Amino acid sequence: MSATADAVQARGIGKRFPGVVANHDVNLTIRAATVHALIGENGAGKSTLMKILYGVQRPDEGTLVVNGQDVSFASPIDAIAAGIGMVFQHFMLADNLTVLENVVLGAEKLHGIGGAAREKILEISQAYGFDLDPDGLVEDLGVGERQRVEILKVLYRGAKIIILDEPTAVLVPQEVDALFENLRELKAEGHTILFISHKLDEVLAIADDITVMRRGTTVGEARPESTTKHELAELMVGSELPSPKTEGSTVTDTVELQIQGLTLHDAFGRALLSDVDLTIHKGEILGIAGVEGNGQAELVESVMGMRKLSAGVVSVSGKDVTGWDTRDRRRAGVGYIPEDRHRHGLLLDAPLWENRVLGFQTRPPATKGLLIDRSGAREDTDRIVREYDVRTPGIDTPARALSGGNQQKLIVGREMSGDPVLLIAAHPTRGVDVGAQAAIWEHIKNARRTGLAVLLISADLDELIGLSDRIEVILRGRLVGEFDPRTVTPQDLGSAMTGGHEREAS
Amino acid sequence: MSVVRRVLMTLAAPLIAVVAAMVITSLVVLASQSSPVEFWTIITDPPAPRVYVNIVNQSAMIFLSALAAAVGFQMNLFNIGVEGQYQMASYAAAVFAGAAIFTGALNIVASLVVAMVVGSLWAAIAGVLKVTRGVSEVISTIMLNAIALTLTGYLLSTYGLQAGNSRRTTVIDPASRLAGFTPFEERDGAIWTLVVLAVLAGVAFSFVLNKTRFGFDLRATGMSESAAVASGVKVNRMVVVSMMLSGAIAGLIWMPALFGAAYSYGTTFQAGLGFTGIAVALLGRNQPLGIFFGAVLFAFLNEQSNRLTLQSDISQNVVQITQGVIVLAVVVAYEVVRRRKVAADQQAVRQKLDAERPAPGEPVSA
Amino acid sequence: MSTAVREQQATPGRSSRVLAGVPRWLLVAAFVVVVVSAVRLITGEDQIDSPGSLRAAIIATCPILMAALGGLWSERAGVVNIGLEGQMILGTWGAAYFTYYYGPWVGILGAALLGAVGGALHALATVTFGVDHIVSGVAINIIGLGASRFLAEAYFANLEGGGVKQLTGLDRPTSITVPGLSDGADSLADKGWFVVSDLASVVAALTDSLNVMTILVFVLLGVSAWVLWRTAFGLRLRSCGENPQAAESLGVNVLRFKWVAVTLSGALAGIGGGYLALVASSGFVTGQTGGRGYIGLAAMIFGNWRPGGILTGALMFGYTDSLPLRSAGTIHALLLLVAIGLAALAIWRLTRRQTTQAVVFAGLAGLFLLWFLLTDSVPREFTGMTPYIATLLVLAFAAQRLRMPRADGQVYRKGSAG
Repeated sequence: MSATADAVQARGIGKRFPGVVANHDVNLTIRAATVHALIGENGAGKSTLMKILYGVQRPDEGTLVVNGQDVSFASPIDAIAAGIGMVFQHFMLADNLTVLENVVLGAEKLHGIGGAAREKILEISQAYGFDLDPDGLVEDLGVGERQRVEILKVLYRGAKIIILDEPTAVLVPQEVDALFENLRELKAEGHTILFISHKLDEVLAIADDITVMRRGTTVGEARPESTTKHELAELMVGSELPSPKTEGSTVTDTVELQIQGLTLHDAFGRALLSDVDLTIHKGEILGIAGVEGNGQAELVESVMGMRKLSAGVVSVSGKDVTGWDTRDRRRAGVGYIPEDRHRHGLLLDAPLWENRVLGFQTRPPATKGLLIDRSGAREDTDRIVREYDVRTPGIDTPARALSGGNQQKLIVGREMSGDPVLLIAAHPTRGVDVGAQAAIWEHIKNARRTGLAVLLISADLDELIGLSDRIEVILRGRLVGEFDPRTVTPQDLGSAMTGGHEREAS
Repeated sequence: MSVVRRVLMTLAAPLIAVVAAMVITSLVVLASQSSPVEFWTIITDPPAPRVYVNIVNQSAMIFLSALAAAVGFQMNLFNIGVEGQYQMASYAAAVFAGAAIFTGALNIVASLVVAMVVGSLWAAIAGVLKVTRGVSEVISTIMLNAIALTLTGYLLSTYGLQAGNSRRTTVIDPASRLAGFTPFEERDGAIWTLVVLAVLAGVAFSFVLNKTRFGFDLRATGMSESAAVASGVKVNRMVVVSMMLSGAIAGLIWMPALFGAAYSYGTTFQAGLGFTGIAVALLGRNQPLGIFFGAVLFAFLNEQSNRLTLQSDISQNVVQITQGVIVLAVVVAYEVVRRRKVAADQQAVRQKLDAERPAPGEPVSA
Repeated sequence: MSTAVREQQATPGRSSRVLAGVPRWLLVAAFVVVVVSAVRLITGEDQIDSPGSLRAAIIATCPILMAALGGLWSERAGVVNIGLEGQMILGTWGAAYFTYYYGPWVGILGAALLGAVGGALHALATVTFGVDHIVSGVAINIIGLGASRFLAEAYFANLEGGGVKQLTGLDRPTSITVPGLSDGADSLADKGWFVVSDLASVVAALTDSLNVMTILVFVLLGVSAWVLWRTAFGLRLRSCGENPQAAESLGVNVLRFKWVAVTLSGALAGIGGGYLALVASSGFVTGQTGGRGYIGLAAMIFGNWRPGGILTGALMFGYTDSLPLRSAGTIHALLLLVAIGLAALAIWRLTRRQTTQAVVFAGLAGLFLLWFLLTDSVPREFTGMTPYIATLLVLAFAAQRLRMPRADGQVYRKGSAG
């Protein structure tokens, strides 16, 4: 393997942030025209390394060699000039603009913003089978299509080295296969792909080389043909990672949540949820699997009372709560771990003890009658910080200052403290580091043993399979299949989640 | 962070703002070929007794106005309509008091109620429009201000009584007037009795906002509407209620003057207090204590500026520039200080985590 | 929090075509002309759309249009600019001062300059320091008001035609009259024929004594539309208002674009103020803006942040703004026009199966009809209120279809990308 055949060589890369060493002594060699996977758990430092490669951050130490030349990127513009393109995990697309406008933005000098650009886009789209209409609004595109727009963006700018950050995080297995096809075609044309992921199955399927990161540094290299998932996992975590396994069944016969005929229409009469029937018993965790945007959020909001139903009945503990507002439902013992903790779970600029009051404004210990019980709230917040291992200097710290994992632990602790009978957990460990994730799973399982019923929404198939007693799949607002987590495979789920079609309809 | 540092950080912004405003005002005065020294000498000259009385009276009204605006601001609602609300309320209260349906103290109390009701209803229009039709309260309240101005003018010219060259409402019966408190000579004027409304309102505001469930809900909605909804707050109801509360407090703004000096609504009506209140609310960061100091400062500046026309060639309006610059400077300063504080908090969190155990590569971004 | 509406769901797809090949706006315009003509003939009030009335309406429209255009530039870049009123006020002073000494053309530049200063102040606060957009705007308005009053007293008091609060007798920019066309159109308008005369009236208004500054205003509108939607600069600017993180990740200097947009926004508002002082009035008077900055914002929202819509909105508000100049009979006749318009809206909503709205509109239509039939005239003060009430009603009922720039009102910090 000669040096000139390498697309990228990173040596001794280091990067510090206040109080954290994000990268140290990172060594990465990417051969040209290959798919190179960079794997590691959340928090391993992949994200920072990638930002350095793309010029968003500058390394504190180390060297970077791209296509045989020493480089130092001051901004993404330099990286783009060196032929590096990046597809972020969270798409950088403007919904109200067309595909064309999104693609040419910032690169108007290449082919203008009119006919020539349009032609170029069609050319690339056809060459790799992207099937994109330049004049369509991005808003109307599905997730897989949006990702293809992002890839087209980098190809349009002449990228030969493409970095993909967790590209399969939002895709179902069938879409993942389509993506891998695209990647193989790109590789055949001489492009180099850096594929960042923590999903070992996929990595073994697509990569030519693998580099493993852990705790901010590179800890090993491997080739798919000579390694196993087990070995890679051990490298990633340093020791064996306990996967969430269910123990003996805690499901009882008492029904806690019952939903019958739930139907929800939007302002234009389109059905967001159609005739949903759902039952969860005490001590049972029901997992809902589905591609984002198929009604999960609406289902959650309906159960929480944040939406007015068009038809159907919701009962909790045998009581019909269909007409009840959110506050009354919470009082009846419904806890809520929201999908987006910053928007729905926390007052970021308020201290932790005030966040304890949030959602519990009508009950002790946070309130006494019509007044806020400050000391009661503070005491209980101390308790939560202890029991749930929330790492914070104090309970007067604003929530914003905590890391995602600790914020989530606080929320879980808060919701559990009301002795809920039903817990709605929407993506409870999204964006949370490994340690916090394991802790949250433990807390949920403990609560289940004491009779808690849980409605679990998740895009993490491992989480769903590991925690749930039953799994239902939601598609276009309907429940389309029930599965037993002990016997289901990701392929089965993926198929049901996309309606069993090979490719998503464009 | 220590208590001393916290206090300093809180005070830093307003102090910076006031200093910046002083500098800019001096520059403006200089640019108009007048002497900044002269300006500041006149402004800082100890006020005459009469002026002290005026400052107290004006502060009270500005305080009420700022409180009204602050209720809205705490909810992230920009009630620019305080001006129109207190105008409508003052007219209505003056008409009601003059009609003397009740007498004596009862008349006064009833008129105050009328003022609060009218103010809150006028504000409710904007609240309802926002909640039902999504109309921005900024624009709707500004429109309502203009409509209030025209409407009261129309009502006054159609139904008011002629008094010399202008019109006014029926004069309030002497039994329903309030003598006030005269600290100096008779000729120096009286501090209006209803100034006490400002104190009561301030105490109530502080209590409700910080100690009650309703206040918590209100502040939570202002901080993050989505989180408030998820926690069970009925946001739509909250919006209308806080607009109405804001309007009710606004209704009281001119009441001290009505019952203490004017006794009718006409040319003696003092307009513009609504906008001053908004500025002071921003300066005082929507807290009663800050608003108190801001109100006194603005009242002081306004009163002292009267001398400028008499004793110099500097236009009185320069003080308005000062006030505007104070507002802008203070919000800029608050923002800068806030960011420092957030960074400091995050630093403290990291320090604590580092101290507890060796850094396990805690993620910078999740 | 932004000035505009909470996100309502936009109707899916592009604007529909009712009749094959005929764009909707043309149909609506035709409908308006027919109805106005009919009302004119029914009530006998020629003043509704006489050349003089339309001329006055256009003159009233221009300041509002400039404010709306300023708002468009700013909000398309993601910054809410409530301070348009203050920037407009500064513009009135700037126009007066510079016209007095250097003539009307420099006066227009002066108006733009002063307005730009106000815009730059807003940019400094919101873009550089990240202050809440509305708070900054409110502060700018306070400063603008105070500054213009102060500057007027300081500089105009001793000038010819001036006083502590005014400066009149300023030179006006030239007016143009197209010789043959204007006479012909005028006489055709006088004939009073159904629809034909109304259209001739429009032509007459545009060809007789048309001020060059009015032309400038419309040119600025056209240029803005072209720049924002047909150039790379415009695309980048709009991306700052839709997804600034994405823009930054692609190398767009978001903060610089916002600065430019907001300062330009102030300059345009300033020109609107200059128009007020030089064309719409005979000079500078404190308080002459009368809330037009805010009405301009309303026109922008009504216009769905697009140039064509802004023009429609501004024309509508401009017409109501010129009402006090009309005779009592004309204003009375307009009640009938409003009633018919509301009835048409009711029918339209009914076809979309929005029955509650249809009922509300129908009810309002009925009220206006009654008002028309039962009274002879409308109190003068009420006409002064029309632009403001119109703004409220328009915002209340047009709220549904709106689609504001997605990142409008967001405080943006560099480095939020990735």
